[in-house]
Amino acid sequence: MAITGMGIISAIGNNVAENYDALYHEKSGITRIDNIETIQRDAIMVGEIKFTDAQLVKKLNLPSSNNYSRTAMLGVIAAKEALFNAGITDLNTYSTGLVSATSVGGMDMTEKYYYQYLTEPETQKYIESHHGGDSTEKIAEQLGIKESFVTTISTACSSAANAILLGARLIQSGKLDRVLVGGTDCLSKFTINGFKTLMILSDTYNTPFDDNRKGLNLGEAAAFLVLESEAVIKAENKPVLAYIKGYGNANDAHHQTASSEFGDGATLAMQKALAVADLKPSDIDYINVHGTATANNDLSEGRAILRVFDTAVPPFSSTKAYTGHTLAAAGAIEAVYSILSLQNNVIFPNLNFKTPMKEFYLEPETKLVERELNIVMSNSFGFGGNCSTLIFSKEA
Amino acid sequence: MSDLKEELKAKIIDQLNLEDVSVSDIADNDSLFGDGLSLDSIDALELIVMLDKDYGIRLSDPKEGRKIFESIQVMADYIEAHRTK
Amino acid sequence: MKEVYINGIAAISAQKTFDGSFLENIEDYQNTLLIAQHPDYKEFIPPAAARRMAAGIKMGIAASKIAMKEADVEMLDAIITGTGLGCVIDSEKFVSAMIDNKEEYLTPTSFIQSTHNTVAGQIALGLECKAYNFTYVHSAISFESALGDGQLQIASGEASTILVGGVEELGPHTVAIHRTIDHIKTEPISIAEVLNSETKGAVFSEGANFFVLSDHKGKNCYAKLMDVVTYNTIAKERLIPIIENFLDRNHTHISQIDVVVLGYNGDQEFDDGYRMLSNGIFKNIQQVFYKHLVGEHNTVSAFGLWLASKILKTKTIPESVKINDIENTEPRMVLCYNQYRGKNHSLILLKKC
Repeated sequence: MAITGMGIISAIGNNVAENYDALYHEKSGITRIDNIETIQRDAIMVGEIKFTDAQLVKKLNLPSSNNYSRTAMLGVIAAKEALFNAGITDLNTYSTGLVSATSVGGMDMTEKYYYQYLTEPETQKYIESHHGGDSTEKIAEQLGIKESFVTTISTACSSAANAILLGARLIQSGKLDRVLVGGTDCLSKFTINGFKTLMILSDTYNTPFDDNRKGLNLGEAAAFLVLESEAVIKAENKPVLAYIKGYGNANDAHHQTASSEFGDGATLAMQKALAVADLKPSDIDYINVHGTATANNDLSEGRAILRVFDTAVPPFSSTKAYTGHTLAAAGAIEAVYSILSLQNNVIFPNLNFKTPMKEFYLEPETKLVERELNIVMSNSFGFGGNCSTLIFSKEA
Repeated sequence: MSDLKEELKAKIIDQLNLEDVSVSDIADNDSLFGDGLSLDSIDALELIVMLDKDYGIRLSDPKEGRKIFESIQVMADYIEAHRTK
Repeated sequence: MKEVYINGIAAISAQKTFDGSFLENIEDYQNTLLIAQHPDYKEFIPPAAARRMAAGIKMGIAASKIAMKEADVEMLDAIITGTGLGCVIDSEKFVSAMIDNKEEYLTPTSFIQSTHNTVAGQIALGLECKAYNFTYVHSAISFESALGDGQLQIASGEASTILVGGVEELGPHTVAIHRTIDHIKTEPISIAEVLNSETKGAVFSEGANFFVLSDHKGKNCYAKLMDVVTYNTIAKERLIPIIENFLDRNHTHISQIDVVVLGYNGDQEFDDGYRMLSNGIFKNIQQVFYKHLVGEHNTVSAFGLWLASKILKTKTIPESVKINDIENTEPRMVLCYNQYRGKNHSLILLKKC
């Protein structure tokens, strides 16, 4: 499946070029939180996009009567860039769909106005923005996607990877000629406090795969890819950025929030993706791991990687030390980073790593590595045991 | 001390929504996790909040909880020794 | 391309449908909200697990088990669910606690349970099913997105047995705020009054509807799923060409449709879309509706599919769902059409199996 465009906004940049620049120059976007008032402020660090909601409204030229959640606004920004990047000016020439993903949805507004909804009419416009599909509908509206297949996936932290997976299958089956796929999630008190109750937030910079890791940093972001069929590529003579070669989704079926000890779901997802791609583990040049820096994920994922790759584990790194864990958007921003890796033959470092984990010998790349890359694997694992793997390739 | 133990049993039943269990069903030395009441890691997190809210004991590492919540007796002993409320 | 069969179904709704009966005894409601008639969940869920579950999760697990039993399957190649608002009760618990306690002393259970894919995750956990597991959250096409995904996998040979379902629960705060924006009827309405209601809003409800899709015809087969499509928007004048085109792509025609299942919900603002079809291209076809019996919620169109499946299998149409009365010996083709508040349209085509 050919990828012809991408767009992204995250804590390390407002578009693809800025994100690449930060990744290349090892500039992390982790800070204390500024846009949300929370008692947790000094106990957490986040990957925050330093625009206030008002600034985003202005950036998008939205009327004051708008009811866009922050999630929707971030999504629109990234989706617009992807479409532009793919050189698409007229959506009606081919059947185009939109598959987005979110876990926060409009909760950022709901938590602000929860009780006011009952008494203050001017806040009530946000009631309809709460549900998962709203940010997707807003993206469709802004992009002029009408009378089309538009839907939203929500499977916690694997959501956007699953949106990409569905998009690939829709093109493969001929149901669509072209599909915009990705995800968006903003920071919210709901997720900050929710993850706090699980005691998996770090109070400092997150250190994926490090023996002394203390937990994750939450982040916010949005990213989209444009996937187009072979027929469209040929007809339009389009440049292709990369290809989706393989994909796999599996369930850990172990516990609601914790991964199984030896990463059953993760193992299956990686194996499925390799099977779809018709590749061997030795064909993988680099893995952008889920690597959230929680005690549980990194151990489980590490073991799963060893099960799949045995003694020949490819170079790997987690880019969450740059952006934080962007929840539903993670699979999409990391897809963009995987494609950037392929295009530029660069492996981005796993920042902040000092000490390998005791349980096994796995050391991520700690410096930027310039080397020819042809196949990159990206992992995204979420609550509910939802595990997804995508494989990207330079050539078809 | 025995008041505290009875109090803990009632709180656990309430907090963890153990509908079919009554205070008299829980013996002081029954293991709460594993074979006894079969509580799990999510329950442990709930109990950690209870320790903070009701007894002013703040745990920073969830792993500490497993040792403290071994049984009602162990919990009560720990709370007596460390409570600030 | 493989054929897709519906071999097991289950509905937990405001009517007594969880026991497999077919609307023989209708509960005549006069309300603005309809609560589901629940089975005894102890039969389906061990108490150690049930203690954490809100209504939606319980309904989803029970309905999935009923459907799987009917289809006589124990393992699945995929579990795909749809929900518009997700686990609202737990979301409300966590948000209100967060605000009321100023972010202190919050407990994890309601946060964990509030994740949209909790139902699909819990079903997988109960079955120890490590297969493909997706949850769609797109308002009134959440269920159809799940159904379409399942259909695609079976038709392409990627999978042979898939569980798909739609779940929605009622949360008190969510209900209250939807009342403020007139999405819910302000005055109670009886089931007889729904079809021709002249007021805004719908009667909200909760429910779960699950189906087992398979690549072969099971002994309890209900129907063949021919196709399902969704559209985010459809301009008024495009609706009829789109329906005709959908049927044409499936090598059939309006004249071949025996029953059409429509999503009338009594909201005067948006039922016009259905009325135009009822008085137009569907005039000479047996039309049925169901939201007067089971209310409106984002995944209630799954109940429409349940109704269509039952009609095809039993070859009968309950009086309570009929909009008109056209002589019909044996329904062979059923079309379902739904939209909510003028958006998120879906068409499902079923054939007798």
